[in-house]
Order: sequence, then structure tokens, then C-alpha cells
Amino acid sequence: MEHRILEGVIVENDVEISLAELCRICKIDAEWIVTLVQEGILEPTDTASKQWHFSGTSLRRALIVRRLQRDLEVNLAGAALILELLEEREALRTRLDIR
Amino acid sequence: MEFKDYYQVMGVARDATQDDIKRAYRKLARKYHPDVSKEPGAEARFKEIGEAYEVLKDPEKRAAYDQLGTRWKSGQEFQPPPGWDQGFEFHGGGFTEADASQFSSFFETLFGKRKHSRQYGGQRFDLQGEDSYAKISIDLEDTFQGAVRSLTLQHTELGQDGRPQIKERTLNVRIPKGIRQGQHIRLTGQGSPGMGYGKAGDLYLEVVFKPHPLYKTDGKDIFMELPVTPWEAALGATVKAPTPAGVVDLRIPAGSQSGQKLRLRERGIPSTSPGDLYVIVQIVLPPADSEQARALYREMEQKLAFNPRTKLNV
Repeated sequence: MEHRILEGVIVENDVEISLAELCRICKIDAEWIVTLVQEGILEPTDTASKQWHFSGTSLRRALIVRRLQRDLEVNLAGAALILELLEEREALRTRLDIR
Repeated sequence: MEFKDYYQVMGVARDATQDDIKRAYRKLARKYHPDVSKEPGAEARFKEIGEAYEVLKDPEKRAAYDQLGTRWKSGQEFQPPPGWDQGFEFHGGGFTEADASQFSSFFETLFGKRKHSRQYGGQRFDLQGEDSYAKISIDLEDTFQGAVRSLTLQHTELGQDGRPQIKERTLNVRIPKGIRQGQHIRLTGQGSPGMGYGKAGDLYLEVVFKPHPLYKTDGKDIFMELPVTPWEAALGATVKAPTPAGVVDLRIPAGSQSGQKLRLRERGIPSTSPGDLYVIVQIVLPPADSEQARALYREMEQKLAFNPRTKLNV
């Protein structure tokens, strides 16, 4: 039984992810990430910088798109549309819950 | 080990064509995809479907599976007949795009398992461990206090005999103050161990708030309904209201109506710019269950001349 208390960080607020790190976590090449940026699915936090960095929210979006592509064989535009509809559905559910 | 009826899992007949199987898989995959589906147990179902499809889509594996015959029932204790897979050659030992590490021991017995460690001709091979993902359910109050919560995770590990075993471990995690529903906590180095000198992967915990009897959340804002009496709403009053950070005195402005929202600034989920707490006024009528109460309602009826339906032109 471990009694150590683990301290974590909130990915969405406190984490900035480099392009290389995003590739490693998603197990995918940088080219795919570039396509996601071109498609408007991901947005680097600082587009002017030569070194792309992404917010923690981008990580979640990238992972969902990758899973949709792999599991359902949808293309990138389709996966992007599903992602946006999922986010809209989530927002509507929340509003329904609050009334 | 339990027998798995892959035809039953996919909802197709044993003589279904490859096209039928593909169609059934696509339909089920869309329905139970863990990112899309809200049904409980969707993730387990999705894995089960993936495993069934891995076998049935491949004519070689399907033919081998069909050799087992029709006498097995789903969930029945299963031992493969001796030498059952002789004469079948699975090309490349098998797995294509599917994540085979999640397949059942039934599948592994029949079709072998993925090679877990590769030898690279005496060369040292370092690889960072995989990241892991899990969900953690917390109370809304935990994000105010930064509470410590323990969670138990299951993972598979290769045992001494080279067979995967299910291991459990318990982690004590401090919930970062201000975390919201759907956000992730990253615990560095708590994922799968690395190979060679590779670092361990990270563990990502998705935060889910347990349903709360009083509060709902939307991002960093919190919503709650506050029952008030008709006279408190009409005349204004100061009433006690619970908030996740403790009871407060709340001023109900005169002339409040049901459904009106009162905003308590920065009483939502804490952060550098904290969320707000919205109190939704809910006017509750006292029951007309005594002669005195009925008399009061009748007096209002006579003296107030109030028609709430004027906008409806009736």
C-alpha cells in the first residue's frame, strides 16, 4: 500500500505541449499534426513563433481525432466535423442539465 | 477461460457474408465508440466488438474459429481442443491496426499474443513507456479544497511465465484546486514503465464530477436552485443559501420571479479568475392545507386583481 501523495497538473490550464511532445503522446508524425492545424482543428498557442506549442485542450482534441480516424475510418474532415458536433452536444447536455 | 461467441457479439448469423460482417462492425463501432457513445459500458463493448471483428473479418481466423463448432455457448468454460490450430497459418502472426493488447485471454489462446519485447541484435533499446488514461470521479467540493483521493487502477503485466496478469495498484492523488469537469490531471511517470533506459509514460486522469444533489456545473460556473417563499421573492429578503465554500447570506431583491438568476461573483470554481455561482430563484407556494391558508389565498384573489396571463390575451 502506497501512502505517497501524487501531485499532478491540470493539463488544460497549466500545460504547454511542444510539437514533438504532441507527436509522441499521439504516436503520430508531425506531418499529421500540421494537417490538423491547416484544417483548423488545432491551434498553436503562438503562431508567430517558429517552435509550435499547443494548449492542453489541443492534446485532447488531437487524441479524439486520431481515435476516430483509426477506429471508424473517417477522413480528417469527417473527424473534425464529429469533434465539433461532440463538443456542441456536450454544451447542449450541460445546458439541459442546468435548465 | 470463457468461450466468446463472436457471432453473437456482432449480432450476425454464422453464415453471414464478409460484407454483412463489415457492415455490422461499422454500425456497432459508430454506436459504441467511447468518444461518441454516452451509454454505460460503451468502452468494454467497443473492445469486445473490435476483438470479434478482428477474428471474423479475416477469413483465415474465421475459418479457424468456425472449426470450434457450434456446441459452445457464450460464457461457457472453454479449453481449446488439442492441436486445434494445426494446419492454420496466420499471416504475419496477425494483428493489423487493432489495439490487440486489450483482447481477451480467449483470443490470445486461439490466435497467440502480440510479441511484447523485441530483441534488437544485442543493441540496447530504450523506449519511453506508453501513456495511460483513466477516469477519476470526484465530488465538486474536492476542487475547492484540493482534497486527496485514492483510486485503484488495473493493468496487465507480464508475469514470470510470460503470460499477462492483471495487477492492481492504488494511487493517492491530490486533486488540483480549481479543476473542472472533463479536464485532465497529468501525473508524470505514472504510466507504463519504459524499456531499457526509457522513461516511464505519464498517466492522464480525466476528471468527472459525481452528480451533486444541489449543484450543477458549466465550466467554472456553478448553478443551483434556491427555493424561496412568495413573500421573500415579492418583498425582498435576506436568506441563508448553501455554497460549496459554506453557507452565505443572500439578498433576494424585491420583485424576484421564478427562474431568475442571481449571480454571486467569484463563488464558482476557484482559479486565477474564479467562476461565478448562479442562484436560480424558485418560488415555492405554501400549501393551502388549512382553513387559515385557504382564507389568505382567497384574500389575495380578491384584493390583488392579478392576471398572469395578460400576455396570452386571455
